[in-house]
Amino acid sequence: MPEGAVALVTGAAGGIGAATSLALARSGLTVIVGFRSDGDRAEEVAAKIRAEGLRAHAQAIDVLDEASIGEAFDATERDRGPVQVLVNNAGFMRDGLAVKYPTAAWESTIDTNLTGAFLCCRRALPKMLRPRWGRIVNVSSAAALRGNPGQAAYSASKAGLLGLTRALAREVGGRGITVNAVCPGFVDTGMTESTADEMRRRYVEMTPAGRVGTPEEVAAVIAFLAGAEAGYVNGAVISVDGGLTA
Amino acid sequence: MEMAELQKKVCSILAENLSVPEDKVTPESRFQEDLDADSLDLVEAVLALEEEFGVTIPEEEMEGVQTVGQAIQLVATKLGVAA
Repeated sequence: MPEGAVALVTGAAGGIGAATSLALARSGLTVIVGFRSDGDRAEEVAAKIRAEGLRAHAQAIDVLDEASIGEAFDATERDRGPVQVLVNNAGFMRDGLAVKYPTAAWESTIDTNLTGAFLCCRRALPKMLRPRWGRIVNVSSAAALRGNPGQAAYSASKAGLLGLTRALAREVGGRGITVNAVCPGFVDTGMTESTADEMRRRYVEMTPAGRVGTPEEVAAVIAFLAGAEAGYVNGAVISVDGGLTA
Repeated sequence: MEMAELQKKVCSILAENLSVPEDKVTPESRFQEDLDADSLDLVEAVLALEEEFGVTIPEEEMEGVQTVGQAIQLVATKLGVAA
């Protein structure tokens, strides 16, 4: 791993993104804590990391907006260095049965979870290709592997991420860049907060581990994939779901 | 910039990016057959040219470029350098 390499985590103001930012910083990276609108919380995440004597900075980046992505990467390259570890974590989830699902909600889901990830990959790749080193980790979901009623858009976007992961892995694998995906099961975060208690109980019942996962447990796998030791892990899909999809 | 200088610079960047000796890169060189460049090599070379000359080369414009000479011409046109 290049000395003092920079990692960008999108959607890192809370949940898995925040936990991942901390884990990556602890592994020696300078972490850019990406946020769409929650700048205060992102700054808290960064401050908490710096309190451990590590390096982190909050950075506005709205993956729905190409210009925002461009500006975020430009600013990072100018002030911190090229992004060599990219974690596409920004996610949007809105449940609803397909027969009544609004087009706008479908588009938001696909645009955030899938297109946003693609746009960030495209912007990041040139700076990974040159030095022949890079890590891209896409945060997919157990929903990519198993369908859930009410999650047609979410599942589609997360499954799409796996296709993106595999295609990219084949494209750039020969350049010292790995592209992998993690599929978290049910994790308590801001995004899953609004899940009905009944639904949450059912997930737990379906999970062999008998509990929900923590953001830290997902972050640990992402940090491994981002590290030097995982150089031979490419195009892999790793479930972190307590056995939910086993 | 003059065409001769542009040509030299482009050949130098391509040589570096494609890991071939500079004297092997001439305007007549074909990327695939002569320089052993695959599509990703080509994209990387284009990225390097974009960075060096501050130009943008969209995917559609890359399509017809099969020789070094065509790449030079593409950059020249963007920079307004006369042949």
